[in-house]
Amino acid sequence: MRRLRPVLLGLAGLIVAALTWVIGTTAAQNVFFPTPQTVLSRAAGYWTSPEGRANFASSLGNLLLGLLLAAVIGVAAGLVIGSVRLLSLAVSPWVEFARSIPSTALIPVAFLIFGLGDSMKLFLITLGSLWPILLNTIAGLRGIDQTLLDTAAVYRLSLGSRIRHVIVPAVAPRIATGIRIAIPISLILVVTSELVGSSEGIGFVIVDAQATFKLVDMWSGIVLLGLLGFLLTWLFGLLERRLLRWTPAQREPS
Amino acid sequence: MRAGLAERILAPVITGLVLLAVFQLVASAGLISPSFSSPAAIALAGARAVITVEFWSALGVTLSAWLIAVVIAVLLGAVLGVIIGSVPVLRELTRPVIELLRPIPSVALIPLVVLTIGTQSPSGIFLAVFAAFWQVLVSAIDGARSVDSVARDTALTYRFSPLQRFWWVQLPTAMPSLTTGLRLATSTALILVVTAEIIIGVPGLGQQISLSRSGAAPDRMYASILVIGLLGLALNLLVAGIERLLLRNHPRSRTGGRR
Amino acid sequence: MLIVDHISKAYAGGPPVVADYTFEVADGEFFTVVGPSGAGKTTALRCLSGLMPVSSGSIIFDDVPVTRPLREIAVVFQDYARSLFPWYSVARNVELPLRASGVGRAEARARVLEALDSVGLAGDAGKHPWQLSGGMQQRVAIARAIAYRPRLLIMDEPFASVDAQTRADLEDLLLRVRQETRMTVLFVTHDVDEAVYLSDRVAIVTRAPSRIAEIVPIGLPVPRDQISTKELPEFGHLRGHVFGRIRAMVHGTELV
Repeated sequence: MRRLRPVLLGLAGLIVAALTWVIGTTAAQNVFFPTPQTVLSRAAGYWTSPEGRANFASSLGNLLLGLLLAAVIGVAAGLVIGSVRLLSLAVSPWVEFARSIPSTALIPVAFLIFGLGDSMKLFLITLGSLWPILLNTIAGLRGIDQTLLDTAAVYRLSLGSRIRHVIVPAVAPRIATGIRIAIPISLILVVTSELVGSSEGIGFVIVDAQATFKLVDMWSGIVLLGLLGFLLTWLFGLLERRLLRWTPAQREPS
Repeated sequence: MRAGLAERILAPVITGLVLLAVFQLVASAGLISPSFSSPAAIALAGARAVITVEFWSALGVTLSAWLIAVVIAVLLGAVLGVIIGSVPVLRELTRPVIELLRPIPSVALIPLVVLTIGTQSPSGIFLAVFAAFWQVLVSAIDGARSVDSVARDTALTYRFSPLQRFWWVQLPTAMPSLTTGLRLATSTALILVVTAEIIIGVPGLGQQISLSRSGAAPDRMYASILVIGLLGLALNLLVAGIERLLLRNHPRSRTGGRR
Repeated sequence: MLIVDHISKAYAGGPPVVADYTFEVADGEFFTVVGPSGAGKTTALRCLSGLMPVSSGSIIFDDVPVTRPLREIAVVFQDYARSLFPWYSVARNVELPLRASGVGRAEARARVLEALDSVGLAGDAGKHPWQLSGGMQQRVAIARAIAYRPRLLIMDEPFASVDAQTRADLEDLLLRVRQETRMTVLFVTHDVDEAVYLSDRVAIVTRAPSRIAEIVPIGLPVPRDQISTKELPEFGHLRGHVFGRIRAMVHGTELV
């Protein structure tokens, strides 16, 4: 019964929240806040239509591709930089600086260089998602236990073996953290890049709905984005837990 | 194997100079599109901008919007978070709702906000509060959960009143999580405020960026971006300082940094 | 087998941690270095393992100078928890050095099982380090060294972090394994009882700048036993002598 309580209470909370949404919007009769029923039925209809699916695919595709590029570049660069102490000292402050530039501030830059279109979006998403992955990879490398490295040295593991058996598994949790942090960032950048002048994507649907005063369509886009964000983070969390079952942080008390 | 101070300072500085030199060469040679400005031109544009009233008023607008957003988000998030976090029933009740609402990207609300609140500062503030609030809330709930059982039992044995318990036990225990939330919230708030300025045209530094772009003044655009980056850095340092101050007597109980 | 000739070690710009160690370890011998904390024992050990260069002097193993880790030398670290790879199973951890040194898969498997069996962990081959107790983890580290079949086994305070009963079991395990494999053991500890119980000879070292104060031959009968050996008057004398010298060092009455 104890295990069941969080589930039941959580469900209750959801129901209460849903009811509040329904009652609130129905009572307010505000054109800007349509009822959930209207929104959800429109969402179900639109996003399963060919046009809706195409827009969804465009957003998802750019997001995943951007994340992938950011991960590849971030991990590769991070491994190189992190393994040479002088390099990491030299480069880290600049990476930190680059990171504090809000990624959305780069939209005009991306626009200027790439014009409108997918390459601009990709550039933005990759650039914005890069930093947490890069920084976490470098930190992960610096944080590898010296005793592990000593053991590898004493048993004379070759460089290739050391990378495969020691370095990559040791850095993997930090890399995963970096990617996990990058997911909401990439989502924000996909939407933002689509808001500013694009002809496809979920963000475009929302801003187009704004222009044509179609509030229900706008809300259906918002709901989809929330759902997408939730699913991406949740799925990645599952993947992370599955691949990193051995992580000491999950086992030993610190 | 500690790095000497000289190494720590020289290495980045030299790297910076090298990068500048590379950018300068690339820009002068016109290898990338003509709108890729050289550091020299950017520096010049920046210098020219810094002496204008326009610049400082834009900076002030951005900063004040940010500050207001942070204060609201932190107050709301911390109070709600500590309350929810300390009552297991409330925690379990609210958890799925929070997990579902949290991932909604603030920027998705921009069109709605434009229609309902408008295109002035309050829009930016609202978006920033919306995004930053969740981070403070989640951190506060986290912090309020982990009250040391020995500390709590001590408080009970000495019969602290609920208010005393809150001030002397729960709040200090929650401090590390709260400051993490503060740090996340402040940087998120800045991002959202600037984003609102760029996309919606809310007055502020971000607006300067898009004005420069549409006014075909790439040098000023880059300069504005760098200024925002510096601002972000400065605010990060400020908050990190506050964090150190608040946690100066705290034992290191964290299991590893999150970035 | 191992000739240590006037080695010293100072870290960059600092005073020497090890001022002068000179000794020889014969084939098959159990040689222990014992001394107070801060005596630079671990530093010396890292040099002897080939992990760190010495500042002066030389280390020769079978006519080969030790400047980097050698195939014939294996090391068991004090911090066993951090020396095992948490992402691999016990068996894989033991197998890794073998595969890295070119041993074929089938033979490696056989040696892994043999080694785990000799430390009593045959049934835990599939587990991961975090599922084992401290003593068991250290046994895995020992098994890993055994499977590797080194000629010289270097151990840096390997039993310092386990409880007394486990320590006694591990000490006896070590003696038994060493008898079966005829490995030479170079052992470092701060525990005098352990040093006397395990060794053929004990080198007492001083605090930094560390030198060898005395090398004591341990003439106790073999095989050793936790109860009967420690009841011998000879054990008491030896232990008292070594302990007395160290205590004098620690309390400053010993002339260094």
